[in-house]
Amino acid sequence: MWPWDGPWPGTSGSGRRMKHNDRILRDKLTASRKRGGRRRQFVLVGQPNCGKSTIFNEVAGYRSLTSNFPGATVSYTESRVSVDGRPCNLIDLPGVYSLTSLDPASTETQRFLLEEPIDVLIHVIDSSILGRSLELSLQLMDLEIPMVICLNMMDEAERKGMLIDAERLSEILGIPVIPATASKGKGVQDLFRQALKASLRKPRARHIAGHRDVERVIERLSRRVEKAGRSDSRFSSHLVATKLLEKDPYFLDHYLDKHPRLAAEAKSLGAALEKEHGRPSDAVINSERHALSMSLAEEVTRVRKPAIHWKDRLDNILMHNFWGFVSLALILFLLFFSVFKTGNWVENALLARLSGFGEWLSRSMEPRSLGHSLVQGMADGVAGGIAIVLPYLLPFLLCLSLLEDAGYLPRAAFLMDGLMHRIGLHGTAVIPAVLGYGCSVPAVMSTRILGSTRDRFIASLAVTMIPCAARMTVIFGLVGYYVGGTAAFGIYMLNLLVITLTTGVLSRMLPESVPGMLLEIPAYQVPRWKVTCAKTWMRLKEFIVIAWPLLIAGSVILTLTDHFNWTGIFNGLARPVTWLLGLPAAAGTTLLFGVLRKELSLLMLQQALGSPLDSALSYGQMLVFTVFVVFYLPCVATIGVLYRQVGVKKTLLIVLYTFLIALVLGLLVRGALWFVR
Amino acid sequence: METGKISVPIKTLDQVRTDASMIVQEILGGWHMRQRLNQLGIHEGDVLIIKRCCAMRGPILVQVHGMDVALGRAVARHIRVRPQDEA
Repeated sequence: MWPWDGPWPGTSGSGRRMKHNDRILRDKLTASRKRGGRRRQFVLVGQPNCGKSTIFNEVAGYRSLTSNFPGATVSYTESRVSVDGRPCNLIDLPGVYSLTSLDPASTETQRFLLEEPIDVLIHVIDSSILGRSLELSLQLMDLEIPMVICLNMMDEAERKGMLIDAERLSEILGIPVIPATASKGKGVQDLFRQALKASLRKPRARHIAGHRDVERVIERLSRRVEKAGRSDSRFSSHLVATKLLEKDPYFLDHYLDKHPRLAAEAKSLGAALEKEHGRPSDAVINSERHALSMSLAEEVTRVRKPAIHWKDRLDNILMHNFWGFVSLALILFLLFFSVFKTGNWVENALLARLSGFGEWLSRSMEPRSLGHSLVQGMADGVAGGIAIVLPYLLPFLLCLSLLEDAGYLPRAAFLMDGLMHRIGLHGTAVIPAVLGYGCSVPAVMSTRILGSTRDRFIASLAVTMIPCAARMTVIFGLVGYYVGGTAAFGIYMLNLLVITLTTGVLSRMLPESVPGMLLEIPAYQVPRWKVTCAKTWMRLKEFIVIAWPLLIAGSVILTLTDHFNWTGIFNGLARPVTWLLGLPAAAGTTLLFGVLRKELSLLMLQQALGSPLDSALSYGQMLVFTVFVVFYLPCVATIGVLYRQVGVKKTLLIVLYTFLIALVLGLLVRGALWFVR
Repeated sequence: METGKISVPIKTLDQVRTDASMIVQEILGGWHMRQRLNQLGIHEGDVLIIKRCCAMRGPILVQVHGMDVALGRAVARHIRVRPQDEA
């Protein structure tokens, strides 16, 4: 129980009650326009699953951009929006639980909040977990940036029997608090209007003080921080003092080296706090904030009996120890079946139309001319992209967004974590892993659903090694057809074994800060079409911008090779590999160009060696070739999306590793076959 | 009152049966573990309701402050709890 009753004796400061004086506001806006000031920067910040992206997508246009923070693979989304006819820049930061640097996402978000110019912070809160959400609010208020709070998911809170008094909360905190249900589009307009007003009026949040003994220590350290000089930063001394006591790496890095005396003071005050409370100073500060938030939530919430909803009953099936797994298998099967069935149908229909273009091209241009080869190459690349994007990638990304927005993915992770963790993967990695058997491109793209960079890297590496449909044609068309089904099955088993070993070793080499799953399971939501479509479009754009041009360039190189008859040169280049693996030199071009278009590998092999293939290759060579093709380098489109997900260095590492492992396995298979004979 | 003789059974969270209501006694482990658990609303003194234990030694689903959090077994081993009714 909070020690003080009554109207918040701990509140102080210059917080003002928002009085709507539109005339003053209008004058300020006109003055600002006359000054020709820069575009206002609104920043959405909140905990994961608070509905922040729903709000973003509700107002952002189709031209919104996903960018990476400089030097990091953590991304944020940005869009130009118009609020009451005034242009603003809206930034959607990654969801963070607190303002502490724990992982790359929170480090980058914290850095952004502390260092970038921000006009208004729009802090989105999941009202149904108000107590926990306010912990972040208290930290954000310390930043002293104009802020508005959006009490999102009010419908969910009401379902849980919580009636929140937004006005009272606004009164206590000294900043505007706007109730909203973004999933139904309610309250979003009002939120942005209030944000616009806040950018002009700059309301200052009140300081909410905690227990006296803790406050005293923070105040003492704050004075030391002020003395040490904080001209190099724009954050409050209270924030710095709290963060130093919390042992936040960002603040430790920024202050302790430059100000050793401050470091000593922070250490001794932290030790005193630890001695007094019998636990580490960071735990004391966190507990203090937690208690404050809980009391605040209690103060503004009336509780009544919660209504039992279908959402509560659904988990009895979807997370059940038996039916949960059955449902998961069914959902994954339906996902695949619907995507591949419709994809196949659309692809055939599209390719039939596109082949008409090829015929037209042959008629209108000289067939053996350079121009024809160039146009043909480009057309092949465009057609290849269309054949991947429209039929498969689009429905898949749509389904993935639907599952994500409905809140199913964390549940799938919960079910699969026990199994996946044994091979060093996070439970959520089941989605990219299963997708990998279809196409590596969406599979790598879907690794973004994993929380940490480490998990994303391990899953991305695993996914690139999973034989996609293109590599499956080589396994079945070459080994399955000529050598036999058992050998094809054996390759799949070898692949599983190598992936398991790789992820197992890698997860031990890259230890987690917290060993194992720690995941919030959010309430189910009915996905909103507008938001789901916007999310799908943003992901699709990534393929169009990064992977598709690479695919087109690859196709052009292929047709040019054919035109200039460069086959001999490429066979020579790949000779060291083909010689090591005991393959005919003519297979070199196939291996090199398989990187550009893996789905053409078997076709190119037939062109290079002639059909039937068993007259040019022994069964042993077929096995070696297939094992090498299954593991070696991801295709260019995959390399493109890998670069977006894990960055340059890790992409290069994956490329190098897959090549080496393919070479080693190829040699092992060759050696084993020689030994057997 | 002989407070010194009262023995409250304290175990780690991974040893608790489903549907039990427990109070967090202590969070073992370092700064990262404490911070991550605190961020998800798990602090010393908080009440956890164990809702599910996943098959194949999978995670444990607990309810804390009205929200569900999945904790891997290794994480659960870092949380020492005591039964709420004996608190």
